[in-house]
Amino acid sequence: MDATNAKGNVPMYDAPMRKAAVDVNENKISAKDVQVYYGETHAIKDVSVDILDKTVTAFIGPSGCGKSTFLRCLNRMNDTIDSCRVEGLIALDGEDIYDKRVDPVQLRAKVGMVFQKPNPFPKSIYDNVAYGPRIHGLARNKAELDEIVERALRRGAIWNEVKDRLDSPGTGLSGGQQQRLCIARAVATEPEVLLMDEPCSALDPIATAQVEELIDELRENYSVVIVTHSMQQAARVSQKTAFFHLGNLVEYGETSQIFTNPVDPRTESYITGRIG
Amino acid sequence: MTDATFTGESPKRHGSLTASDARTKRRNASEKRFRIYGLAAIGAGLFFLVVLLSAIISNGIGAFQQTFIQVPVYLDPATLDKNGNRDPADLAKVSTFGYTPLIQTGLYQLVRDAGIETDYEDAGDMKALISASAAAKVRDWTLAHPDRIGDTVEFEILASSRVDGYLKGRVTRESIAEDRNIDAGHLDLTDALRESGALHKSFNAEFIFGSDASESRAEQAGLGVSMLGSFFMMLVVLFLALPIGVAASIYLEEFASQNKFTDFIEVNISNLAAVPSIVFGILGLAAFIQFAHLPQSAPIVGGLVLTLMTLPTIIISTRASLKAVPPSIRDAALGVGASKMQAVFHHVLPLAMPGILTGTIIGLAQALGETAPLLLIGMVGYIATNYPDGLVSGFMSPNSAMPAQIYEWAKRADPAYYERAWGGIIILLVFLLIMNVIAIVLRRKFERRW
Amino acid sequence: MPVVWLILIVLVLAVLGFIAGRMRVTTAGGARPHSLPNYYGWNVAMKVMVPAFLALVIWLLVQPFVVDGKVTGMIDEAAIPEGSTLGLVMSDVRRVADGLDLAVSRGLMTADSASSIRTESTDVRDLLANAGVALGSNVSPQVLEAAQAYRGMNHTGNLWMTVVVLALALGGLAWAVRETTLEFRARNAVEGGVRILLLAAASIAILTTIGIVLSLIGNTVRFFDLYSVSKFFGSFTWSPSFGGGSELGIWPLLWGTFYISIIALIVAVPIGLFAAVYLSEYASPRMRAWAKPLLEVLAGIPTIVYGLFALLTVGPLLLTVFGRDGLGWMQAGTAVMTAGVVMGIMLIPFVSSLSDDIINAVPQSLRDGSYGLGATHSETIKQVILPAALPGIVGAILLAASRAIGETMIVVMGAGAAARLSLNPFDAMTTVTAKIVSQLTGDADFASPEALVAFALGMTLFVMTLGLNIFALYIVRKYREQYD
Repeated sequence: MDATNAKGNVPMYDAPMRKAAVDVNENKISAKDVQVYYGETHAIKDVSVDILDKTVTAFIGPSGCGKSTFLRCLNRMNDTIDSCRVEGLIALDGEDIYDKRVDPVQLRAKVGMVFQKPNPFPKSIYDNVAYGPRIHGLARNKAELDEIVERALRRGAIWNEVKDRLDSPGTGLSGGQQQRLCIARAVATEPEVLLMDEPCSALDPIATAQVEELIDELRENYSVVIVTHSMQQAARVSQKTAFFHLGNLVEYGETSQIFTNPVDPRTESYITGRIG
Repeated sequence: MTDATFTGESPKRHGSLTASDARTKRRNASEKRFRIYGLAAIGAGLFFLVVLLSAIISNGIGAFQQTFIQVPVYLDPATLDKNGNRDPADLAKVSTFGYTPLIQTGLYQLVRDAGIETDYEDAGDMKALISASAAAKVRDWTLAHPDRIGDTVEFEILASSRVDGYLKGRVTRESIAEDRNIDAGHLDLTDALRESGALHKSFNAEFIFGSDASESRAEQAGLGVSMLGSFFMMLVVLFLALPIGVAASIYLEEFASQNKFTDFIEVNISNLAAVPSIVFGILGLAAFIQFAHLPQSAPIVGGLVLTLMTLPTIIISTRASLKAVPPSIRDAALGVGASKMQAVFHHVLPLAMPGILTGTIIGLAQALGETAPLLLIGMVGYIATNYPDGLVSGFMSPNSAMPAQIYEWAKRADPAYYERAWGGIIILLVFLLIMNVIAIVLRRKFERRW
Repeated sequence: MPVVWLILIVLVLAVLGFIAGRMRVTTAGGARPHSLPNYYGWNVAMKVMVPAFLALVIWLLVQPFVVDGKVTGMIDEAAIPEGSTLGLVMSDVRRVADGLDLAVSRGLMTADSASSIRTESTDVRDLLANAGVALGSNVSPQVLEAAQAYRGMNHTGNLWMTVVVLALALGGLAWAVRETTLEFRARNAVEGGVRILLLAAASIAILTTIGIVLSLIGNTVRFFDLYSVSKFFGSFTWSPSFGGGSELGIWPLLWGTFYISIIALIVAVPIGLFAAVYLSEYASPRMRAWAKPLLEVLAGIPTIVYGLFALLTVGPLLLTVFGRDGLGWMQAGTAVMTAGVVMGIMLIPFVSSLSDDIINAVPQSLRDGSYGLGATHSETIKQVILPAALPGIVGAILLAASRAIGETMIVVMGAGAAARLSLNPFDAMTTVTAKIVSQLTGDADFASPEALVAFALGMTLFVMTLGLNIFALYIVRKYREQYD
């Protein structure tokens, strides 16, 4: 995998070698007129967006623009905040995820999440990765679990580094390794969508490059949504980009188009560094 | 990224979001169970609290009421003043034994006048109804009013603890079967007297302000003297622990340099905070009584022991309040040329004061309820029979403390004392409640957020 | 001169010194003084008081030792009656001396006759009885002589103390007034002094610890002089008898302590821990605002209340269920179970608020990580939060255990007095703390092994709780550092 393919390439030209184009275009999550309130504060206003399967979608925008808030709505992580209220429709494969009958636990098994700061549990590397499969009952026996763990660690591109010390604590790894471990942990539950909230902001440039490369690989199997404050990163890893500003979705489109030929003047100001 | 050898394989598709599978149902059930355990634990804690408080109140409220008999006593000059000259010295020679028959005759007369039928022929047979303390009360009154000798005076006389217990339901006809002090006839008499209005229950101020009595006069026992003992101890604690605690905290928080000695002090404080209170009692016994020959059972010694015990609490809370004052205040004072000492005493300390006072009150409340160390330095209940004469004797002469007095009552054989013990606890808890409310109000009123 | 007067004189000198120091700079005119005038006053007052009071305190502490030592030297071995000890004779001497003082102050005899009377000519016992000091036996000539010497030495000592203290006060005054000039840095001098006072206050914590250790060790050593160490730690019987021949083995007491603490923890830990989990993870802010303080009321209730609750409520209640009319396992209301359950109730808020703090210290990111994987709330708690908080919770439980071991009133009132090694939790047993109380509040002679054993028990208790505390605090600190 080289770094050039992400630069300006549109996914349709990147993927068809292995996958049918139909698959790529499929809508995974569609949000319509989403409003989010924190108590009295109106944090997200009228956001409508369609997120595609097997695509990396980047949310960019200045701090406090609501991009992380919106991301957390996609797997109902905001449920844990008492004062948060979500209105509008967010559908995953056509099912409203805020429907009363939806169990957030099942939802989050389908929509995994990776956080800004690497947060490995204070357990062994193995147990970190096995946590999700265990609670969801994905493995029938130890051998299966071993296999899942290995596959997840391989997909997290960290297998070679940790395969000899699966029993040592996950907190003992370096920052970049921890974040890749967290990604491996997230993919171990076989999610369909992977949400990443500024996954590289706590990492050094080398670790960032490794994680970015990993994201690009993950696109083969998942729909990845990444929040980032770095426009370069958005340009490098994503095929679609959404620009948020003051709680509004200002512009959404092909990454190449957003970065080279933005429609909205606000997008242009942000990209050229006038707001941020 | 050489280990990304995994080649694309479609992830396992999950089922619909709205239909939960069996496993999720099981997981959600276990979730619900877990929540219920948590609620049950809180419920259990609150249940114990309710049981404890209701046990205290239901058992102790009776101590605030006492049974009295209105007895007209003829102060017979023939026994009380043989010489007929009303000379106080002569009057004082008549001991309580001289008064007892007068009261018994008065009661006998009362029964006769009320037309109550009874088998008791002799005035002395009815003495089981009245408290042994009655004679002393009548004597004191008579000595204060010598001119009334020869008159018949109505006295509110304490009924004996058995009669009191009968009115309160503690003593029943079955329970006195083996009792040598009282028999069923006395209870009939009690009922009749009650009907006639001569015997009644009323508020018992003596319980709050009175002194402890001997083991045989539960009806007379009061908490007043030991309350004073506690009061003098709290004075000692307040005037020693507050300044020393504040001074120590200021030193540690503002001036101490990071060195071994400071660390050693800190380790000492945190360990002292967790040393069992009984060990402080041993310290008090060995250091203040054995070594320094301070008077045994004196509130000053109790106060010193409790001071040492509360100091760590006060230091810890004071340091927290000092720490809460932002450094910018210190910088501002230093910036206009104040010395470090001036910055602390003029600015930091006043700002931290509400927090310090709150912590001190909490520490005092803790000291007020402490019992074990006081037992070791001899502050036991039966000592609290006399009020201290003045300030010096308040600190120096033997006394008890509220919790020690309660312990003493709980140890006594007569169940009439249990009611006193519970009642004493109500008073103690009222004091603690007041102190805590003051602390909370202080905190609410002056709490400052930076 | 009584000490109170001496203190008052020094205080008056300090006030005068304050005024003098202030005046010297305010009336000097000319240049501005280095510090505010009050600082000059305080400087003088400080130099009057500090050395004088320091000398006073040291003198008061040291004089009794010197005098005791000298008077003890006057009593020969032969003069000690059969069955008595030097210590008892010395306390007689002190009583006689106090009695003579009292007699003089009441005008029963003159100061001269007090130091010259002889047992041959006067009935000292009768005389002292008149003064209000009752003696157990007649006063031997040697005791009287020693008492007179004791009085004489104390008298001389007090005289010299007065002289020294006043000299120091006046010297300090003169020195401080002389150094008071406009250039003198009075503020710095005063602040230096205050700093030393602050340090002294902080050092009281160390003094307290030293005091505890010394008073425990001193008397423990005396106990082991009278009673062998191996029997104390080796015997399984505890049967003190005041006539002598006691068996004072610590094991029954340790077992009782341990058993009661275990029951208390079995009650307190699950309830406290679940309550803490619920309060910190599930409860709405409103519920938390109510339930948490209510639970903490349990911690604010004095232990005497719990003791009474055990003795009069829980004990009888258990007896109706497990006693002769019920299951027949229980003989009396006071038992290990009674004390253990009540102590457990007392410890609930202790465990819950410590665990609450510790659970709250677990970073939110770990919770997010777990929810993000689709874990339920309880799975997150059981598999992520509690394991992460485990060291802290273990520390909290150890602190609670140390509390349970050191708790006195509940076991004194609820556990019974019989020292026995039994497995039945409905038997009465006793603990280390309960026996400390009973051995030191009984009628035992203070120098007998039956009383002194309390100090050995106290030492054991101190070492156990100190060890637990240090270990627990170490664990908790390590835990906190991990997430700071």
